[in-house]
Amino acid sequence: MSIAVKGVIKRFGTFVAVDDVSLDIADGTLTALLGPSGSGKSTLLRIISGLETPDAGTVWLGDQDVTRVPPQQRGIGFVFQHYAPFKHMTVRDNVAFGLTIRKRPKDEIRRKVDELLHLVQIEQMGDRFPAQLSGGQRQRMALARALAVEPEVLLLDEPFGALDARVRKELRAWLRRLHDETHVTTVFVTHDQEEAMDVADQIVVMNNGRIEQIGAPRELYEQPANEFVMSFIGPVNRLGTHWVRPHDIDILLEPTDSAVEAMIERVVYLGFEVRVELVRQDGSRVSVQVPRDEAERLELDAGQIVYARADREHVFAKT
Amino acid sequence: MLIPLAAVAWRSVEDGPAAFLAAITYPESLSAMELTFALAIGVVAINALMGSLIAWVLVRDDFPGKSVINALIDLPFALPTIVAGLTLLTLYGPRSPFGLNLAYSQAGILVALLFVTLPFVVRSVQPVLLELDRDMEEAAASLGAGPATIVRRIVLPNLLPAILTGSALGFARAIGEFGSVVLISGNIPFKSEVASVNIYTQLENDDPGSAAAISVVLLVVSLVVLASLDWLQRRQSRGEASA
Repeated sequence: MSIAVKGVIKRFGTFVAVDDVSLDIADGTLTALLGPSGSGKSTLLRIISGLETPDAGTVWLGDQDVTRVPPQQRGIGFVFQHYAPFKHMTVRDNVAFGLTIRKRPKDEIRRKVDELLHLVQIEQMGDRFPAQLSGGQRQRMALARALAVEPEVLLLDEPFGALDARVRKELRAWLRRLHDETHVTTVFVTHDQEEAMDVADQIVVMNNGRIEQIGAPRELYEQPANEFVMSFIGPVNRLGTHWVRPHDIDILLEPTDSAVEAMIERVVYLGFEVRVELVRQDGSRVSVQVPRDEAERLELDAGQIVYARADREHVFAKT
Repeated sequence: MLIPLAAVAWRSVEDGPAAFLAAITYPESLSAMELTFALAIGVVAINALMGSLIAWVLVRDDFPGKSVINALIDLPFALPTIVAGLTLLTLYGPRSPFGLNLAYSQAGILVALLFVTLPFVVRSVQPVLLELDRDMEEAAASLGAGPATIVRRIVLPNLLPAILTGSALGFARAIGEFGSVVLISGNIPFKSEVASVNIYTQLENDDPGSAAAISVVLLVVSLVVLASLDWLQRRQSRGEASA
């Protein structure tokens, strides 16, 4: 089901959490709301879910205005940052909750829960209590619980935030696969640009309660609308009024017109790529990423004087 | 703590089991104990409900004067019980400013017991409610649960151990309460005499053996209630918190 947010404003006291935001999310897509903490992304998600009511503006699911519809009747699934497990219930009862309160037949519930536990790969954990699960398992349980009611929109608030890096990557790939199989319209909140780029079809970059840019991951990376998006979406160097990605800088051994002189401060091997930290004469620092064989060919080493030339750069109008 | 308890237990059987049995089946004492337990159960039922509601309001709602009311909840603990009894007699006695005379009646004892046991449930539920994850309630709402279902399926099960603890402590206090009850009850045998006052009467009548016997009955009931509560809690936490 498609989602539309029109002119939504939400204040907490004098703090404006969401500041006149409008957004369209197409049916069947996977969208990331990306931004630093306090950017309003979680509040926007909660407004879509109905857990928060906007001070102004409307929220639409499909062609229905749901602004005043309580969360119970929106047909959404919501996964909380800390999973919000029902601590006093077993994993099975947690997953079954939405079906139990709908008074579905016992057989149907059992079948559905089995299916979901299998889908999220915690079939062995059904009789345990949430406290006996690992973080990743709890997260899967929360997902199964939200999916049990067959929501038309799945909303996830920092779904992988509290997990360690390895589990996070695994669940990310799994969420993407799950979405490709079910095609439920999914929106998730994250502050991790890599996670957003990795999983989402569409990224909504938020800052100070406003949307900075909406686009596909590649679009945001290659055509950032402004300095905020550029610097948030990946590492960046500032050369005067120009903004350059570390991998869009060439290192030359001989001076040319367009290159700037700098001294190598440090060479860091990252695997396939090498990060070269440069210091210019005015003391400003530039970070450059070059392929490993390039670094070896140039015999780059700390203390060496080199010339850095921007390959492609972005100039933004002053805001 | 065990020495005085053991001394009472010893004193109760000192005159032999027949005397013990006679003491606890003596009609006046039996009636006093029946009244005491019936009232204690009533007090617990009312407290479980009202205490939980008061705790809920104090934690979840915001209103002017909340902190004052919150502080007042502890008043029954701070006040000497005989002072509480005197206060209640002034308010609900023969010269009640509300025209409500509860003196020498079972209702009067009930009011006195409710007053002194009020803080138990409130104070045991309050911290649990403060800690209770609001996310759980929101999750239930997102899954389609209405407010009544959320309270029944999510909130109550999480508060139940605290409600039980508070109720059990309140029960134990109610069956032993003396100071606040002695004035308003009037201590009419077979009508408004409670067990603790009955014990006092036995001592006054120079019958320490009977007094000890009834004390032991009260003691055993208190212990059984507290022990079963402990057992319940352990059974519950085995499922949830372990691992």
